[in-house]
Amino acid sequence: MFFKKTFPGGIHPPTYKNLTQNYPLEEIPSPQKVVLPLIQHSGSPAEPLVKPEEVVSMGQKIASSDKYISAPIHASISGKVSKIDYFNHPILGKSLAIFIEDTGVHPDFIPFTKENPENLSPPELKKIIQEAGIVGLGGAGFPTHVKLSSPKPIDTLILNAAECEPYLTCDERLLQEKPIEVFKGLEIIIKIISPKSVFIGIEDNKKELIKTIEENLHKLGLNKIKTFILKTKYPQGGEKQLIKAITGRIVPSGGLPFDVGTLVHNVGTVFAVYEAVYLGKPLYERIITISGKAIKKRGNFKVKMGTLLSDIVEYCGGFIKEPKKIIFGGPMMGIAQWSLDTPIIKGTSGVLFLTDEELNLENSTACIRCGKCIEVCPMQIMPASIGLAGEYNKWNIAKEYSPLDCIECGACSYICPTRRDLVQFIKLAKQFTR
Amino acid sequence: MNSLIVSVSPHIKTKDSCKRIMWSVVLALIPTGCAGVFIFGLSALKVIIVSLITALLTEAIIQKLRHKKTTISDGSCFITGLLLAYNLPPSVPWWIPALGSFFAIAIVKHSFGGLGHNIFNPALAGRAFLVASSPRFMTNWTPPRWQIDTLTTATPLGIIKEKISHPLPSYLQLFLGDRGGCIGEVCILAIICGALFLLCKGYIHWYTPFTFIFTLGILSWMFMGNTLFKGNWLFHLLSGGLFLGAFFMATDYVTTPLTRRGQIIFGFGCGILTFLIRKFGGYPEGVSYSILIMNAFTPLIDRYTKTKKFGYTKTPNPK
Ligand code: SF4
Ligand code: SF4
Repeated sequence: MFFKKTFPGGIHPPTYKNLTQNYPLEEIPSPQKVVLPLIQHSGSPAEPLVKPEEVVSMGQKIASSDKYISAPIHASISGKVSKIDYFNHPILGKSLAIFIEDTGVHPDFIPFTKENPENLSPPELKKIIQEAGIVGLGGAGFPTHVKLSSPKPIDTLILNAAECEPYLTCDERLLQEKPIEVFKGLEIIIKIISPKSVFIGIEDNKKELIKTIEENLHKLGLNKIKTFILKTKYPQGGEKQLIKAITGRIVPSGGLPFDVGTLVHNVGTVFAVYEAVYLGKPLYERIITISGKAIKKRGNFKVKMGTLLSDIVEYCGGFIKEPKKIIFGGPMMGIAQWSLDTPIIKGTSGVLFLTDEELNLENSTACIRCGKCIEVCPMQIMPASIGLAGEYNKWNIAKEYSPLDCIECGACSYICPTRRDLVQFIKLAKQFTR
Repeated sequence: MNSLIVSVSPHIKTKDSCKRIMWSVVLALIPTGCAGVFIFGLSALKVIIVSLITALLTEAIIQKLRHKKTTISDGSCFITGLLLAYNLPPSVPWWIPALGSFFAIAIVKHSFGGLGHNIFNPALAGRAFLVASSPRFMTNWTPPRWQIDTLTTATPLGIIKEKISHPLPSYLQLFLGDRGGCIGEVCILAIICGALFLLCKGYIHWYTPFTFIFTLGILSWMFMGNTLFKGNWLFHLLSGGLFLGAFFMATDYVTTPLTRRGQIIFGFGCGILTFLIRKFGGYPEGVSYSILIMNAFTPLIDRYTKTKKFGYTKTPNPK
């Protein structure tokens, strides 16, 4: 067999996907209370549209912004707004949030659009996507309607089903169980941007899923959509890496995918587009992976936005071992949390409860200049040199090694035999470069 | 929940630690040491043991005095001790490896700040120090155990350089180590076995050793003969310390360039320098000096061999 297409660099961490891969999707019942941060996306924060004591119903828009790069926020349970206050935010530390408490009355969920999707024009579809508050669900949280309004022509659309982060299996499960819905969502995006070619990028270790996808594409007669099988390697799902592997195009340094006429969307996002357009359902719930060896019940669950971690732990039967780290997202790029009083937000793809044995907590020592971090860096920059310069506070030298190009994939820190926190040095170097 | 660790991503790390790599190198160095002991007898074993013990003690004492954590278990001073012994003739008195090992660890490694901070390869610098301070012992070669009746005990390269009339060993003898030389450099077969192990593990790369050997081979072929392109290149590759140097010392992480391009330049420079020393220098052998000289150039090479970053274009995006 010929070599599978891929990108330079990369690593092969253990995947731990079997911890959750084979459990069917499950729904965590609505909690008594949700906390919805006003910023769950990149761009301007949303402004509250409701006041404390106001009664809201599930799916009701409770915050929005008149800025273009922003996304509205919807109530994820029916109940009463108890307060609007600062609260823990999984990424920002603290932010303003709307608290909703279940009061026992359950007004019905009202779909916000009832149009027949076939008759809608691209601008109307975009409007629905914007109104539904859809953002990239892979983690970055960039508003989807903005991404769909590319200033440059797009000829290639890629559905990112690589899910290269270890532990996470939510995209895989979703695609396995709801392929038709995801493809309908994909067709909506195709209708909006009308690309010449459409690919589903998927890693070669997901054999069963590849079969499901191909069968369903065939069944639906979607011959335009091609599955593209990629080498299993981290970070295969990084946008720039995925584009390089599939189209051979190289996104210029400092550029974005549309600079090479390409658009990448995540599976969860596309599913949300389907739900918004066909069911009139705004983005108030999502699928997340709960995994790690510390938690009793693992799997992929549908949860309401704003559900607190403590409610999830309770539903999952508590801990069987002491968790040493709690991470929102994957183990390579996710963010460590310090409290169980933290809400799930739109960009949360998973929550991991990791034990000592999974973490490998050794102290870092001096760089032995082995060059491994340079070999694995998918952006082909020199983490070692940035780390060495940073250690002596020589940030003007660190700057020469283009830290801004770093996608913070963590491959360099992962591979470093002396356990240096290279990503941290690079993050600092970025601040000095700006 | 007070014991939660909050630190930056990534949260998982590879199992390959510095320790594991260093001990693998030690493992890879064992065959050629065994071969040396087999060829030269117990005197070689004595040199190795003295060198090792001195290296370990020196490192432990220095770190104790400086109130630092002892790192002798990371294996790196073990490598230095072994390599120093491997670069000595088997006949040296016991204090030679002790002195060399002490110098390597105390001065070359720790006065620069310890593992990761030294500029020169400790073992090679230790050896250079010995050659400079007690040259008498450093050029006193013993033949393999079974060649007791041999009159001269020069190394093959010495035989050529000094124009001594003595039959040269065959290629097979050179390859297997049936000749005079330093303890660890004679048995090329054993060196290659160890090197292959490290190559397969991905702990070293071919870039430096290959360019080094290739450059020296070509230059020897071109200029080492009576006329141009008549040099006996194979002989020049197989005699002397080229293989030990190329695979185990020119690949030392700390003292060689970071990137592939840098490592290729390093190997190339080593090849040229070795050739120059062998052809024009006062010593028959040039591998260790050429590596030391290139060590000094490593920071410079690193500066001019940055990687070409992904997405780099001739006209960078204005930003
Ligand atoms: S430097 Fe940045 S892009 Fe390169 S491996 Fe490290 S985190 Fe990834
Ligand atoms: S991987 Fe670690 S030890 Fe190796 S060069 Fe990079 S920073 Fe240094």
